[in-house]
Amino acid sequence: MILAGPRQRRRRLTSLFVLTLATLATIFGLVWLLWILGTTFVEGFNALNLKLVTQMTPPPGQSGGLLNAFFGSFVMVLIAAAIGSPIGIAAGTFLAEYARGTRIGEVIRFVNDILLSAPSIVIGLFVYELVVRQAGHFSAYAGGIALAFILLPVVVRTTDEMLRLVPDVMREAALSLGIPRWKMVGHVLYRAAKAGILTGVLLGVARISGETAPLLFTALNNQYWTTKLSEPMANIPVVIFQYAMSPYEAWHTLAWAGAFAMTLFVLALSIVSRALLNRRSADNA
Amino acid sequence: MAYNIIDVAQPARSDRAERPRLLSDAAGDRLFHVVVACAAYFVLLALGAAALSMAWGGKLAFQTFGWRFFYGTEWDPVARRFAAFVPIYGTLVTSLIAMIIAIPVSLGIAVFLTEVCPRWARGTVGTAIELLAGIPSIIYGMWGLFTFVPFMSAHVQPWMIDHLGPLPLIGALFDGAPMGIGMLTAGIILGIMVIPFITAVMRDVFSVVPPTLKESAYALGCTKWEVVKYIVVPYTRTAVLGGIFLGLGRALGETMAVTSVLGNARTPSLSLMEPGNPIAAAIANEFTDADSDPYLSSLIALGFVLFVVTFIALAAAKLMLQRIARQKGE
Repeated sequence: MILAGPRQRRRRLTSLFVLTLATLATIFGLVWLLWILGTTFVEGFNALNLKLVTQMTPPPGQSGGLLNAFFGSFVMVLIAAAIGSPIGIAAGTFLAEYARGTRIGEVIRFVNDILLSAPSIVIGLFVYELVVRQAGHFSAYAGGIALAFILLPVVVRTTDEMLRLVPDVMREAALSLGIPRWKMVGHVLYRAAKAGILTGVLLGVARISGETAPLLFTALNNQYWTTKLSEPMANIPVVIFQYAMSPYEAWHTLAWAGAFAMTLFVLALSIVSRALLNRRSADNA
Repeated sequence: MAYNIIDVAQPARSDRAERPRLLSDAAGDRLFHVVVACAAYFVLLALGAAALSMAWGGKLAFQTFGWRFFYGTEWDPVARRFAAFVPIYGTLVTSLIAMIIAIPVSLGIAVFLTEVCPRWARGTVGTAIELLAGIPSIIYGMWGLFTFVPFMSAHVQPWMIDHLGPLPLIGALFDGAPMGIGMLTAGIILGIMVIPFITAVMRDVFSVVPPTLKESAYALGCTKWEVVKYIVVPYTRTAVLGGIFLGLGRALGETMAVTSVLGNARTPSLSLMEPGNPIAAAIANEFTDADSDPYLSSLIALGFVLFVVTFIALAAAKLMLQRIARQKGE
């Protein structure tokens, strides 16, 4: 056995001390998670009732529901997914199939990663300049477009990664049968990577469902029910923001209820899609 | 030619192969290539157009106020005189506080996940930390406003004012009333928000350190901490820095959480207890109130400044992470 002198003992104690600090840091991180989620779930659960999904957002100080806001969020996320996913999947296909090892592929990947982390408020300003100012009014479709720009890079990245996981033998087998390349992509690659690409879209939806900043000055807000896409439309994140910052107790309660529903949805979606992604990567690695 | 091959392969269904096609294979290929290439260039275009549109929208402010826009302290909608020093200062201070908290904690968590945590618990703990990134920022804001601000004002800030306030030099930072809101509170919440991003990068790069290097160090009698200090961290230094810049990029542009707990200030203040007005919060708070062209343009100009700063931080992060990504074989 090696004799432990005072020097060794000190080194070992230092190591123990630092690793304890690392453990404490992890506990520190988890405490915040539990505190935030705990508060949201307790406050939100107490604020739940049936009126949430049967009534509209109330005027100041009165009670009511969030029906128009739920509907508005749903519509805008749908618009964003409808615009962002096809473009994202196509761009991801280009990166994985046509731009392998090329300079332009590197540049686009680089820019896409920046877009992925770009501040969402900046995207909101951009769409304000692009859509709202040109159209002359706030609208639900402007909100949808702003969200599409946030969903896009998520889909591009996952599609690119998922397609690159498909083994080259499958490409070669298909091409050797004389199938044109675009059919090979459509019938073989998309089929093989279907679950992965879909997960990317889900991940993007999870990301945009909670985004507030880009909607503040694109979709704005609306106290009333509307199905017109060219009008300002209520949505859960902006309603939460507005109600939370207000002085009315009844509005705070509604904001907690909205926060509860939104957090549950976003976290469930991102946990499920992340689990699916990890499993796929592990399968193919 | 393709027809013949299919005919031979599937004689029974040759009628299908005879069906006239809308597109020849070559034309289909070209079309598909063009479509996917356009989509990819659209991503490039989006970033470029975002930068341009904001430069264009902020042109009026830059022209009217010139360089003074960056160092002046007035922000006066009534007199229509705007300068961005207070928001820029607010962004820098809150991000700095966030990084002071997030860097050591993320490093600690990454070390815990790669060196201390038993293998069976790694996935769970790692996912839990990642969940912090999944919580929408408005939820951080709301929790901050209703739970964390009262906590700060009741427990943390009075202690700081009593014990840190009288100190020379740094005392001025902790001067004021314990209102709960302010740059310190916002910075702490920002810090929590960027922890998962920095941790994810650090954990990933720590795990690509070649086991032989670590095993050699252990064989020489190194303790776990010495292996981290002398092998893991030096080996991944650039990528760790990249992760930090990624977190910084996130912190600079984070909006909703900061807006909720910051109050709103028009004058610069040294104290961290005072309200501030970082760029993102200024835009979120005031954009729909902007009633004159110089006002609107100044806010968009702020957006442009924010865009440029985060672009630099994120581009630096990406470049630093590229080397390690290649080693991972991506």
